[in-house]
Amino acid sequence: MSVKWLLVGIIVAATTVGYLFQALGMRQHGEVHEFHFGALRDLLSALASNRWIICSVLALAASFFSFMALLSVADLSFAVPATASSLVFETILARLVLKEAVDWKRWAGAGLVACGVALLA
Amino acid sequence: MVAQKTRVFTALVIVTNVVGNLLLSMGMRQVGSMLGRPPVAYIQALFHPLVAAGVALLIVWMISQMTLLSWADLSYVMPITSLGYVLAALAGRVFLNEQVTWQRWGGIGLIMFGVLLVSRTKPLTETRASSACP
Repeated sequence: MSVKWLLVGIIVAATTVGYLFQALGMRQHGEVHEFHFGALRDLLSALASNRWIICSVLALAASFFSFMALLSVADLSFAVPATASSLVFETILARLVLKEAVDWKRWAGAGLVACGVALLA
Repeated sequence: MVAQKTRVFTALVIVTNVVGNLLLSMGMRQVGSMLGRPPVAYIQALFHPLVAAGVALLIVWMISQMTLLSWADLSYVMPITSLGYVLAALAGRVFLNEQVTWQRWGGIGLIMFGVLLVSRTKPLTETRASSACP
């Protein structure tokens, strides 16, 4: 059981940092307006040279391989919810680092989801 | 209030995540325990058909989530797309015969209520250079 929770800890930390970097990178890139094939190719090449996105992909890759290891020893219905506690940390960092206006609905929503996660695990 | 493209990409993020994780989970069960295995075993596991299909969907998931984050808040996207956790629990029950106890049903209910609350906020709250003009 403790190995599972160690993996959950690694996944939560890497995921939180990964998504924070991803949000920073996409903010730097700006809003995506076009969705045809050529635009997708341009988007991917722009993102491949964005430092925030590169750091984000590295963090999320670490999270992904830890997740693979977790799935090999735990149920999907344990693995996915247990790692969802990263949501609370993401919301805190969205407020502190990204300066998003997190109102009571978002705090309550993130809190409820986290409690739901605790029950699921 | 919520733009069409926000709805479309939210749905895409949720569906590709759930189906991708489901395929990955089915594949990793066939591959067996990874604990104590060398890194090359992880690379070999990626070539298992179910794992490969899962990873392909998770790549689509990652790109659609990044696209969504280009115009929506992190503190909006993360709770809303966590509806996927509910679907994952249900998928585990339907396709993998995993147990869903009353406790897990309670968790599912709380998550759905949380998602409902966040969905009643505007996707974008902070000001960004690129979103100054509508």
